[in-house]
Amino acid sequence: MMILNEVIRVGIADMNIVKEPMTIRTSGLGSCVGIVLYDERKKIAGMVHIMLPDSSLGKSDRINVAKFADTGIYALMELLKAEGVRPMALKAKIAGGSQMFQFGSSDTIRIGPRNVEAVKQELKRLSIPIIAEDTGGSSGRTIEFNPTESMLNIRTVNLGTKEI
Amino acid sequence: MNSDNKITDMHLDVLKEVGNIGAAHAATSLSQLLNRKIDMHVPNVKLVSFDEMFDLAGGAETIVAGIFLRIEGDLSGSMFFVLPVESANHFIRRLIEDETFDFASPNLPEIGVSAMQELGNILSGSYLSALSDFTGLKIYPTVPSLSVDMVGAIVSFGLIEISHYSDEVIVIDTQIREEGEEGISSVNGHFFLLPDPPSYVTIFRSLGVM
Repeated sequence: MMILNEVIRVGIADMNIVKEPMTIRTSGLGSCVGIVLYDERKKIAGMVHIMLPDSSLGKSDRINVAKFADTGIYALMELLKAEGVRPMALKAKIAGGSQMFQFGSSDTIRIGPRNVEAVKQELKRLSIPIIAEDTGGSSGRTIEFNPTESMLNIRTVNLGTKEI
Repeated sequence: MNSDNKITDMHLDVLKEVGNIGAAHAATSLSQLLNRKIDMHVPNVKLVSFDEMFDLAGGAETIVAGIFLRIEGDLSGSMFFVLPVESANHFIRRLIEDETFDFASPNLPEIGVSAMQELGNILSGSYLSALSDFTGLKIYPTVPSLSVDMVGAIVSFGLIEISHYSDEVIVIDTQIREEGEEGISSVNGHFFLLPDPPSYVTIFRSLGVM
C-alpha cells in the first residue's frame, strides 16, 4: 500500500487524505482555495480544493460538500477524525484565492478574496490555527503538501516556487 | 437542468451545430485578420466534469494565454479563447510584426496584450453574432480580459457561475488550427463556450428542440 514518493492528487471541488511518505497535491488553483489540515505528530494530512465560500450558494438539491468552504473543511476534518486524528491536534495551511482577471460580474470578481475570508472564518469556528498562508494576488498556484516535514510547496508561473 | 428534462444526444448535436456555425464565422474573421488560412471545427460537445474540462485544454497545469469573457443577455455563460503560450506568441508576433514578443516574459509589452484582447474581441464577436442570428437570441459579450497562467487557474474562474448549479459543464469545444506552410500546423488552440445551466433551456427552446 505505502509506496515511496507517491503523490495523491486532489481535483477541483475534491478532497483526500494522505499519510507519510506520500504527498498530496492539487493543480492550477486560481480563485479556488486549497486547504491543508495536518497532524504534525501523526504525519497525516488532508487537502480540500474549494470553489465557493458558502454551501447556501448551491442551487442544486444534491451538494458536493468539497466544493464549499463551510462544508468542505468540516468534511475533511471528519475524514481525518475517522483516521484517529484528534481535532485538537490539527493545524492548517492555506493557499489560493487569487484574482485571475481584472473584470467580471460584481460577485464573481471578488470570489477569490471571499473564498479566503470564508476559509478563515470556518477554521476559526473549528478552532484550527492557520500556521501559514499564501493567498490573494493574481497568479495561479499548484500546491503540494508533505506530511513528513509538514511543508507546503507552492509553485506559480511567474513568481517561482516557495515553501511555507 | 433538473431530472425532468435531461440533456440528450439530440441536444448535444444541436449545440454542435450551433458551435460549427459560430466557428465558421470566427475562422473567417481570423483568416482575414492574419491573412492565413485558419481552420476551426467542433470536435466535441459534451457534458464533462470540471477536471475533464481542464484536460480538454491540455491539463490543469499547462501554461496558456487565456482570454475570458462573459456573455449576457437572453442567455448567459462564459467564453474562453485558450492558446498554449507558443501559439499565442506566433499569432501576436505576426499581428504586431514584432518577432521578439513573448507572453512568457515578465514584463509584457502593452501592445501585445491589447492585440491579444483584440483577437479575443474579434473572434468572440463573430462567433456570438453567428450564434445570435441562428437562435434569434440577444447576446452581449463583455470586454475580454487576458491572463497568462495555468489552465486550471484560468478556466476555473469561468466555472464559478456554473458551479452554483452543477459539478458538470456542457462544453462546446472549438479547435483552432492554422493550415501551415509545408503541412506544419504552427498554431493550435481552443475556443470554449460554456453556457450557464439555466441557459441550456433557452437555447433549446429558441431552436425548437424543447
